[in-house]
Formats: sequence, structure tokens, C-alpha cells
Amino acid sequence: MTQDDQVIIALVSCGSEYAGIQPELEAAASRLNAKLVYPEMDVSILDTIGMEFGLEVASPDLKLMMARAKAVVDGVARVDGVFVGTCFRCAEAAIVRNEVRRYIFQNSGLPVISYSFTERTTAATLLTRLEALTTIAKRKHLLGRERQTGLTAGVDSGSTTTKAVVMRDNEIIGEGWVPTIKVIDSADKALQQALDQAGVQQDELQAIGTTGYGRFLIGEHYNAQLEQEEITVNSKGAVFLADCQKGHATVIDIGGMDNKAISVEDGIPGMFTMGGICAGASGRFLEMTSKRLGVEITELGDLAVKGMQDKVDMNSYCIVFGIQSLVNSLAKGSSPEDVAAAACHSVVEQIFEQQLQEIEVKEPLILVGGSSLIAGVPKAMGDMLNIDVLVPPHSQMIGAVGAALLVSGYVEE
Amino acid sequence: MSKVFIYPTNSLILSDLVERFGHNPLAIMSKIREKITTIGVDSPPLNITPKEPEMGLKYAAVEVPAGVRGRMALVGPLIDDAEAAIIVRDATIAFGCMGCARTNELTKFLVRKKDIPILEVEYPDSDEDGQEFVYRIADFLKSLPTGADTQ
Repeated sequence: MTQDDQVIIALVSCGSEYAGIQPELEAAASRLNAKLVYPEMDVSILDTIGMEFGLEVASPDLKLMMARAKAVVDGVARVDGVFVGTCFRCAEAAIVRNEVRRYIFQNSGLPVISYSFTERTTAATLLTRLEALTTIAKRKHLLGRERQTGLTAGVDSGSTTTKAVVMRDNEIIGEGWVPTIKVIDSADKALQQALDQAGVQQDELQAIGTTGYGRFLIGEHYNAQLEQEEITVNSKGAVFLADCQKGHATVIDIGGMDNKAISVEDGIPGMFTMGGICAGASGRFLEMTSKRLGVEITELGDLAVKGMQDKVDMNSYCIVFGIQSLVNSLAKGSSPEDVAAAACHSVVEQIFEQQLQEIEVKEPLILVGGSSLIAGVPKAMGDMLNIDVLVPPHSQMIGAVGAALLVSGYVEE
Repeated sequence: MSKVFIYPTNSLILSDLVERFGHNPLAIMSKIREKITTIGVDSPPLNITPKEPEMGLKYAAVEVPAGVRGRMALVGPLIDDAEAAIIVRDATIAFGCMGCARTNELTKFLVRKKDIPILEVEYPDSDEDGQEFVYRIADFLKSLPTGADTQ
């Protein structure tokens, strides 16, 4: 990549330098040919920014954050995107972080991500988010593609399952889905399933795109033309499959290990959040519930639809204590249907509480990822938000479909 | 009659002033009254249950402590309803007190973000300033639509 390709990211934080994570931030940025800069501002503004912004906070470093945000919005600092970061568990910072992020996004149109960090935040954790930010900032043209052309494949190497699709002229002609065990072996198996179903050979493929946690490893293995993080790819796959490529949409992706809530405009992500690695709010929790109930994961949804979650006490979102609550309920005589419903409700409630307030939920709401196939999950989501939840066909394949769609741009090139 | 949000949200003096000029004060007392007289909820002393911090998510992220979100579940709807607002800065506790500094910051921010007439005044520290303080509030309240000119 050249200097021109470099993405300039404004670092708007209240002290990532003191939290011991600055090298991690720098490492993630440099891997993406991005540069973190501190937006310049006049120091005198710190005396007045609280009143000007409307938030009179005690911490001067939070005032500095607001002043830097203003410098970005006013165009004093010329940047391509913004990273807003504050310490985890600081209430004042959480208030400022949210408002600063909204202020920058609404007034500048620049892509913004926000993150609350601990001293254990690593470059790997930040990479996917920053990669999405840089893609939206500098590679929007890539995301403008609405039709798949030629013969391409997409492989989504997820934390729990690996998915692959083969597409020809905007149609899915083959798909594969296997549990992720050894990353490359699983990708090979999934891709082979998809190729067999499509009736084509791997060497006939004109391009391969990879996404998911294992994207770099399998990307290298296949010599892929596109290795892209899952936020932009999944958004694209979701709006493509739901046929909502124009206008607003909200994509919620409940994965095996984390969740994404993405506000999409014309197929391009705007605000997005990616849940941390908390198994209690993920597909893993549903998997464990189905094992405890002695049913296949594919049967859990039908069971949940027949149950009443209110009849089960769930006092914790933690995967360990949550399962304990379910086990206790079964011991007290709760029905498997009620327990299944409570598990689905718990996952959805966590997404609602922890992620959906950070983005603007606009209809249609497209629910994707493997968990969307568990009928209890879209039902719980629809009940909670009081809106119709759209689960598109092949909803578990969005990553692979998005990758196959986006990489077809390289066929023409 | 305009719905006037007051800050501090439990200031009896401000609430009284707003009423005297023919407007409807939006004060937290009414919300508290609503809570403690709700039949069927048993969560003394305020009848605030874990539902309120959840409702507060409309105004603050989940990372913001439950106490702030619980307070916002009471204050937030008042701000949503407000057609005008009076903010008294640096008031003494006797004038009105909101116990949580984080809630106060967020409350004032959300009010300021609304496109409504807002009067911000410093709490007076002399008799002369006190008179000026009341005059300014009175002028502001007189400038707001009353009676027939509002729906």
C-alpha cells in the first residue's frame, strides 16, 4: 500500500496512554496501514467546551475528548475516521463516549467506532473493528457492489462453524457448513461441500473471498483476492440476501462467539457495535442449553416457540451461572419448552441491553447468523422490540455470501 | 400553558415559580409520587425495580451504572415532554438536590440538546442577585406561550 492509501484515524480518548494499551492500538493501526493522530485544538477551548458541548464533566481529559471531537467536526483536524475510546467501568466516560461518538457521526459523516478498554485489550481485539473503520473510510467503492458476477466463492471461517458458498451470476449454486475444528481443514471441507453442490472444480473459481476469525490464515491458503473483516462483509451479505440494498436497515448478527449490531445505509455500515467475547450472549449459550435439554440445536427453536420464558428464573447472563439457573429450573419442574424459551430470551435481552442502544435501530431489522435459525430467537427479538424481524434465506451464510459478492469486484478488474 | 422542565429537578421553589406563572412544572416529585402510589409494585421505598434501569437504557449506555439509569428512567421522560426548561447552576442543596453528579451531567446535556427555550441562571449569592434571579426567571416564564396560544 502507498502513503496515499494510508488511513488517518483521529484518536479521541481520555487516556489510552495511561491504560497500557497504546502499543496495542498502534499495532492494530499499523497492520491496516492506518495512522492514529491526535486532533489539534486550541488549549483555551478546554475552559469553555463543557458548556459549549453541553456536558459539564469533572475530568479535564473528558473535556479534551469533547474538544478533539469538535476539532474533527469543524474540519480543523483532517481525518478519515475516528476511534473513540474510554476506560471500561468509568460512568462519566461512558456518558461522554456515547455522546461524542454520536456527535461526530451526525455532524461529520465520518465513520466512528467506540470502545471501552481495559489493560487487557489487545491489538487482535481491536483489529476487526479498526479494519471495518478503515474499509468504510477508504474502500467504500468496494462496498458499493450490489450484484455478484462471474463464478466466485466466499469462505467464512467463524469461531464455531465454517461456511462456504459458491455463487454464479448473482445466484448461490452451492453451500457448505461444517464445525470449525482445524481452521484450514474445516475451510477445505466447507468449500468442497459447496463446490460439490455447485458441480464445479476449485480451479474454475474466478476469485475467492475470505472473512471471519480465520480469514487471514485461510486467505493465504487459498491465495484469496479478498480477506475482509466480518462487519462490512456480513452487512453486505445480509442486505443482499434480504433484498434491502437501498435505504436504512439494521443488521443483527448473533455469532458463535460474539454479536454484531450494525446500522446500515445503502448497504454501507454506519454505526456498529461488536460485542466482546461473552459467551452468555452468543450462540454458544444456546448450544449448551440444547445439550442440557438433550435436543439437537436445530430443534431448540421449535421447542422455545412453545414455551413461556416468564416461568423460568434467569438471574445471570453469565454462561456458567445462566446454565445453572436453567438446570435449577428443570430440577424444580420447569418444562424443556419454558427453559428453551428462557435461553433464547436471555440471549436477545443481552443484545438489547448491551448493544442495541448504541446504534439507531431502523426497520427492517435483519437477523442473521446461525442463531437466527433457532425460531425462538427471532420471536424473542420481535417480542422485545415490538417489530417484525426479517430472517433472510441462507441467513447463516451471510459472511460467505458477502465475501463471494464483494470479491466478484476483483473478477472484472 | 407550557410544560417547563426544572433543574434541580426537585426544587420546590422553582416548581412553585413555574406554577405561579401559569405553567406546568415538570419536576421529579410527580414521578416519585406516581411510583410510590403504584398499586401492586412492592419495591420500597421508591418502588423502583430492576425494570427502571433497563428503561434508562434509552438515555444511557449499559456501561453507565444502574443507579444513573434508574434515575434517568424518572428524569428522562420529563425531558422528553419538556417544552421549555430552566436550569439553575451551582444551587445549594437546600434549593434542590439531585444526589448523583453523573445523572446531573447527563440531564443537563439532554435538556441542552433539545430544541426548546432554555434559561440557564447561576444560583444567587446575595439579596440583590436573588432579586435579579427571580426577575429573570419571571421574564422567561412570561415569554412562554400560555393558555389559548398553546394546544
